Order: sequence, then structure tokens, then C-alpha cells
Amino acid sequence: MRSGTKKGDLSVYLSSLDRRLLTLLQDGLPLVAEPFAEIGKKLGLSEGEVIERTRELKENQVIRRLGGIFDTRGLGYASTLVAMSVPPDRLEEVARVVNAHQGVTHNYVREHPRYNLWFTLIAKSEEEIEASLCALVKQTGIRDMMNLPTRKTFKIGAKFDLG
Amino acid sequence: MPQDELDRRIIAALQGDLPLVPRPFQVIAENLGMEETDLIRRLQGYVKRGWLRRLGAILYHRRVGVRANLMCAWKVPPERVKEVGQYMASFPQISHCYERRTYSQWPYNLYTMIHGCDEGECQEVIRKIALETGIQDYVALRSIHEFKKTSMRYIDEGDLDGLD
Repeated sequence: MRSGTKKGDLSVYLSSLDRRLLTLLQDGLPLVAEPFAEIGKKLGLSEGEVIERTRELKENQVIRRLGGIFDTRGLGYASTLVAMSVPPDRLEEVARVVNAHQGVTHNYVREHPRYNLWFTLIAKSEEEIEASLCALVKQTGIRDMMNLPTRKTFKIGAKFDLG
Repeated sequence: MPQDELDRRIIAALQGDLPLVPRPFQVIAENLGMEETDLIRRLQGYVKRGWLRRLGAILYHRRVGVRANLMCAWKVPPERVKEVGQYMASFPQISHCYERRTYSQWPYNLYTMIHGCDEGECQEVIRKIALETGIQDYVALRSIHEFKKTSMRYIDEGDLDGLD
């Protein structure tokens, strides 16, 4: 496995076997006693080889996490996307305050003349989300904020097609 | 939120990484003081109940050649949301597509998260959607900096009883 050569290119070379393994791992482990052996059968690899390659893919930071992928709503949680209008010179400071809130999973600066800080927030209820956002207004003094909860989901899948 | 203490402990155990051993569920079950077969049966129940999507890998997308992503918010007439949303969702480059609340100053109601090997590929998807649907009012929100990206920790380990 080697890294890309272009500056800023973080991609690594993946063999077709790695790609097939990553596709199966993204689809999810079978819920059986020996899941890696099961995956190995599909790839013509031994259980030990699947475990070893998976470990390598984690060490090389191709796999961020191999674990439970939960359904936020299914578990009874509320979630939302929030857009904030932050003076550019306060982005660092405000982002730190946002990140400190429990349930903030993603937080990005985005290119827009008005709404430049976008984050996702998960909490036990809509009320808790509102309370978090009120606290954030108090902490930062920034009132120009939009709470954008989901009305309908058409697609959710963080699986990447590795061909 | 699951109230059963054992369910909560199982979910807490799955928030992190699975042990990379031949029988990962046996290791987790042992830590929780339960049988491997009981754990597997509960996990299958979680999938059926819609708590757990899967036990799987989340990738660093920049490492697998997905170098660019672009969030785009679209203003779609209410009566066309279903048709247009389904069309957007059909693109392999689109990982997430949601309808969201609007505001008077923010009329955009459909959101797409687009991934590609470069920004050109993302722009091409936007161009094609605009062309095919006739929806010209949209805003592409390029990310400039990532302040945080994590998986949700649904259960705070400190809140669990009976863990020593």
C-alpha cells in the first residue's frame, strides 16, 4: 500500500482484493460467530488473511472505524443540521464552543457569504436540541442561526463505491 | 432510547471498534458477562427493530480516491419534492439526500451530499440534476475547513450502571 504522489493527495493504492474486502466490510459483517471466516469464503481468503488485511487497512488509515453503525432515529434520537452566520474572524473560537456541545458529530466551515458554519447535532429529543441551540446563542452571542431538521430522507448511505 | 441496561451496555461496546479476532462477539460477550449466542441474537434483534444498520466499516474517503465533496441545497417546489428527491438519490455520487425545514431567508428544501474524485465530478452531477429537473435555484456549499468529524457516542460509558 503506498500513498499518492500528488501534493495533498491522500489516496492510497488499493489492490482489487482490498477493494472487494472494503466493499464487503462497508456492507457489514454477517452476524455469525465467525464473521471474518464468512467474508474470507467470498474472497477466497482464510480467516487469518481477512483479519490481517483488515488490520492493515486500519493501520494505514483507510478504515476509520469498524463497529456498530446505528440508526439515530431508530434509537429514538433527534438529529438536525444547523447553519450559523459567524464573523470570519470568530470562526475558530465559535467552532470550539460548538464542538464542545455533546452530540455535535460534524462541523464544517462552508463557502457562503452569510451562513458559513454548518454542523450536525444529535440529541435525545427535539427539546434537547432546542435547548442546546439556545445555550449556543447565549455562549456566542450569535443569533443568526437556522435549525434545519430533516422532513424526509431520500437516501442515507456513507458507503463508497470502490468499483 | 433503549432502557434495558444490558442493551445499553451492548450498544456502548459497539460504538467503538470491534476486536479483530476470529470470534469478535465472543470477546465482547465475555466482557459483558453473557453468552456469545445471546449477544448475536440480540444484535439480530437490533437490526430487525431498526436500531442498528449494520456492523461495518466507515472509511476515510480521501484515502480511497474520493477527494472532493460538495453539499448542495436546492429550492424545489413542494409538489415536486418526492420526484426530484428520488431522482437525486439515484446518483451513485450522492450519499445523502434529505428534505429539510426552510426559512423565509433560506428557501432551499432539498439537500444533497455529493462525492467525487475531484470537484469537477461533483459540479457535473449538479449540472446534470439542474438540466434534467429544470431546477436552477440552488446553492453549492463547498467545505473549506473541517472542525469535527466523529461517530456519535449514543451512550456515555460514565452513565452505565454495573460497569467496573
